[in-house]
Amino acid sequence: MPKIIVCIKQAVDVTQIRADPSTRKLITADAPRKISDIDKNALEEAIRIKEKQGGEIIAVTIGDENAKTALREALAMGADKAYHLNDPAFQNTDTRVTSLILAEAVRKIGEFDLILCGETTIDSFTGITSQRVAERSGIPLIMYARKMNLESGVVVAEKVLEDRFETVKAKTPALITVVKGINEPRIPSLMAIMKASKKEIVVWNAEAMGIPKEKLVSALEIVEVLAPKMERKKIVIKGETPAEIAEKLVKALVQEGVVGR
Amino acid sequence: MEGEIRMSEFKGVWVFSENHELALELLSKGRELADKMQTQLTALLLGSNVQNLAQTLVQHGADKVVVVDKPQLKQYQAEPYLTALTTLAKQHSPDIILFGSTRFGKELAARLATRLETACVPDCTKLSLDNQGNLMAERIVYGGNAAATIRFHMKPQIATIPARTFEKPVPIWDRTGQIEFAEMAFEELKTEIVEIKQLEASQVKIEEARMVICGGRGVEKKEDFKMLDELAQLLGGQVGNTRPLAEDRKWFSEWVGLSGHKIKPTLYIGCGVSGVIQHVAGIRDSQIIVAINKDAEAPLCEVADYVIVGNLYDVIPALIEALKKELKTSSS
Ligand SMILES: Cc1cc2nc3c(=O)[nH]c(=O)nc-3n(C[C@H](O)[C@H](O)[C@H](O)COP(=O)(O)OP(=O)(O)OC[C@H]3O[C@@H](n4cnc5c(N)ncnc54)[C@H](O)[C@@H]3O)c2cc1C
Ligand SMILES: Nc1ncnc2c1ncn2[C@@H]1O[C@H](COP(=O)(O)O)[C@@H](O)[C@H]1O
Repeated sequence: MPKIIVCIKQAVDVTQIRADPSTRKLITADAPRKISDIDKNALEEAIRIKEKQGGEIIAVTIGDENAKTALREALAMGADKAYHLNDPAFQNTDTRVTSLILAEAVRKIGEFDLILCGETTIDSFTGITSQRVAERSGIPLIMYARKMNLESGVVVAEKVLEDRFETVKAKTPALITVVKGINEPRIPSLMAIMKASKKEIVVWNAEAMGIPKEKLVSALEIVEVLAPKMERKKIVIKGETPAEIAEKLVKALVQEGVVGR
Repeated sequence: MEGEIRMSEFKGVWVFSENHELALELLSKGRELADKMQTQLTALLLGSNVQNLAQTLVQHGADKVVVVDKPQLKQYQAEPYLTALTTLAKQHSPDIILFGSTRFGKELAARLATRLETACVPDCTKLSLDNQGNLMAERIVYGGNAAATIRFHMKPQIATIPARTFEKPVPIWDRTGQIEFAEMAFEELKTEIVEIKQLEASQVKIEEARMVICGGRGVEKKEDFKMLDELAQLLGGQVGNTRPLAEDRKWFSEWVGLSGHKIKPTLYIGCGVSGVIQHVAGIRDSQIIVAINKDAEAPLCEVADYVIVGNLYDVIPALIEALKKELKTSSS
């Protein structure tokens, strides 16, 4: 029966953050957080496999104390066990370090069939952590899956690429990243939420994982994070009829030099 | 220390994209960086039956082209490409490697960076050098709410760059450069491609379109896109769509926005598009933005040059008529 590890991140809810209008600096410190959207799809896919084939689902996250909420939610959705990788040295790193921590956790967890990840997280939006985990773990990687099927040690997935779909096959253990369209994540019932409070969350810090601190140094420095300037004319075109409005718009576009000659 | 390379031993700027047009765009930024660093610009040309493209890479600014032209590279499978990239990078220790941000390119860049134990910054919209010669990258974060400026502290410095971020350089037809062929034994494939379904070409090139008419959930039926098509045709542009029309309604396979195609047309018209930040992040660099929305409070209206508050089913037909009239008078 398959054992599936799902990597989830508790991300900043990007729809809830605002910038300081005078400095353009983002106000993220007390912004609400949630499981990164597409990671929920990855978890949902794992649950669907388990519903058919049985097995075990393990949710793994790197995050601060707050991230425990995300793990509780994952357990309520259907994960069986969770690992909380929590150490001050794990915070504010880059994908090189994040992937090292995740790969090390995977190695310590032991045998598994699949690692599932989201295509990308909603806040950092790098979309490269999972490739790095696969590479470190030395296992096959199939990215951008919009459909997948696991059967007797072989995973087949349909990848979404810019100009084509590719059906790709790999032997397990393998890492698959999913796109948002693959499924609709379930909302856990009250019952499931209550039951989840009894499931186990294992907490590991750097020492417990045996990762020396010097390996956790970021190769990147975030110099600043600013809201973009978006200075637009915001001219509302008014008129009595759609025809009148349309003509005014066309005239404006001609004047802008984007339409006509 | 044994096996460790000092920072100063990294030399040269490299570019690679399996998409030839994008490779040419990378050469323009690559040339600028290489000149500032007084170093060589190398283009990697990996694939099967690709060596005839080597000369165009030189004409567009490469000092050197390293060609690995092998049947094993015919399909876009990561492992053989990674063998080539890793082998060459370990032999020559480049300072900077720029990849095209295609989905394949991002896979390669991240895996190569891991093999080289270095940093990778994906989807950069700007690149520059600080006064120590470290690469500085800008990229969009927080779902389009902000741009982050990031400094590299490890080499090679690997970045990926989306299509149309930089303009293709003007070719110099008699420019000369060195063309080298490299040989290597490829590692084993870890995955197998069972089937490839190619999508229609029209959906693919939206980055190139000068005019984009974008439909959102305000468009009720797929057939109604005919209206948008007609408008696009009149303007000599192309139709695009928001993500829910692809993912939820399954009308299309691609979309415009942060997680889809980033576009910068001369004119963007959003029809029934709310303009949620992830969508806007992909159209931000359009020259003129027009919003057609029945809700004056829709976020797209906040970031548009021209706003029409109204029902798109009334406005678009009227716009088509008005355009026909205008184009007739301007051509006569
Ligand atoms: C990680 C992540 C990445 C994402 N990436 C993208 C992306 O790249 N691109 C993208 O598009 N989305 C993306 N999204 C989704 C995005 O958040 C929005 O859900 C989406 O852009 C909304 O699409 P819409 O404007 O078509 O629909 P809606 O938000 O539902 O807006 C429809 C609009 O149409 C108007 N309307 C309705 N009827 C009419 C009418 N008859 N006439 C005129 N106006 C009408 C309404 O007033 C409304 O403003 C992403 C989401 C996430 C979580
Ligand atoms: N802090 C984290 N904890 C657990 N998994 C993560 C974390 N960060 C990234 N991932 C996984 O890697 C994927 C890609 O992340 P990213 O590179 O940040 O876009 C995510 O969808 C997750 O599956």
